[in-house]
Amino acid sequence: MAQIIDRILNRQPSSAHQAKERMRLILVHDRTNLSSEILEKLKDELIGVISRHIEVDEKGVRIEISQQGREQRLIADIPLRPATRRRLG
Amino acid sequence: MPAKVVTITSGKGGVGKTTATANIAAALASLGAKVVCIDADIGLRNLDVVLGLENRIVYDLVDVVEGRCRLRQAMIRDKRLPELYLIPAAQTRDKSAVSPSDMVRLCDELRPDFEWVFIDSPAGIERGFRNAIAPADLTIVITNPEVSAVRDADRIIGLIEAEEKGPPRLIINRIKLEMVKKGDMLSADDVLELLAIDLLGLIPEDEEVIISTNRGVPVALDGKSRAGQAFRNIAGRLRGEDIPFTELEDHQGSFLGQLTRFLRRGGG
Ligand SMILES: Nc1ncnc2c1ncn2[C@@H]1O[C@H](COP(=O)(O)OP(=O)(O)OP(=O)(O)O)[C@@H](O)[C@H]1O
Ligand SMILES: [Mg+2]
Repeated sequence: MAQIIDRILNRQPSSAHQAKERMRLILVHDRTNLSSEILEKLKDELIGVISRHIEVDEKGVRIEISQQGREQRLIADIPLRPATRRRLG
Repeated sequence: MPAKVVTITSGKGGVGKTTATANIAAALASLGAKVVCIDADIGLRNLDVVLGLENRIVYDLVDVVEGRCRLRQAMIRDKRLPELYLIPAAQTRDKSAVSPSDMVRLCDELRPDFEWVFIDSPAGIERGFRNAIAPADLTIVITNPEVSAVRDADRIIGLIEAEEKGPPRLIINRIKLEMVKKGDMLSADDVLELLAIDLLGLIPEDEEVIISTNRGVPVALDGKSRAGQAFRNIAGRLRGEDIPFTELEDHQGSFLGQLTRFLRRGGG
């Protein structure tokens, strides 16, 4: 709600909101010891491995850490190229 | 029943470990429980001052560990609360004078004679922290609603989990409701969501904490202070009572607030 009002009035998000968003990212990094560079590298390597077996839509690949309580999970969303295009090469 | 050993720790310094240890211990003792507090912050002793017992120290934790006195001789009895004892930290030594296994042995010796053993941990994640959590049956992590304190709390929670100590419980201290309302301070819900552990207590920022510390009388013994009430609530929850988290409600003085409190008490 506060955010909606902020947006209407074109105000900055509240400092508490900013703090929370920043903390979310910081804590994921602290808990997993994974930097965004390492995640990027992991993504490239994953694409490499999977492409050996099946064609993937590289631009659509998303890899992220999701949190549930204090548990983190590595989520990779890897769209595949449509089969027809695949066959045509 | 043998004592439960409770360690209060935080990672970051100055967030309220010593204040919380003194007040939760005093609140439990005022309810008639037999309580001993150990100041594990060797070299930076403070729990004695907060409890107002600084003039009565003869022996300390390191004297016990090194065998210069018997455990009983290092225990200072609080005259106001005869069931409350303090084992002070050494002031002129460093943390390496005590080991985690010394702490375990010491607590095993205390367990049969008490209901609660509270350990005031030093800041940091090194030896002093290791000493403090080694004998713990329960760890309490205390933080402030502020980015660096929350970050350090998260790190400490990770270390406690790695020690397989069981999930720690959280106290959020120095909450300024006015700032939270303006969106300028992380709310209790924000901090809880970030740290994702069970909540034990919420303590408002309260000048009475400083005033009572000046006097050497724990604020939990002051019937009117809001922080004191928050500490008494924590003591009750530790005893297994189901006390709702109403510490931050604006109930002081307002008729509606008093009415809600009255009704709630009647209903519970
Ligand atoms: N709820 C509160 N309201 C106002 N002041 C507070 C509150 N809690 C703690 N303080 C004050 O904050 C200061 C630090 O508290 P305390 O010494 O308990 O922290 P600590 O975590 O033990 O510090 P250290 O890491 O140095 O051992 C003290 O001056 C204390 O009086
Ligand atoms: Mg302290």
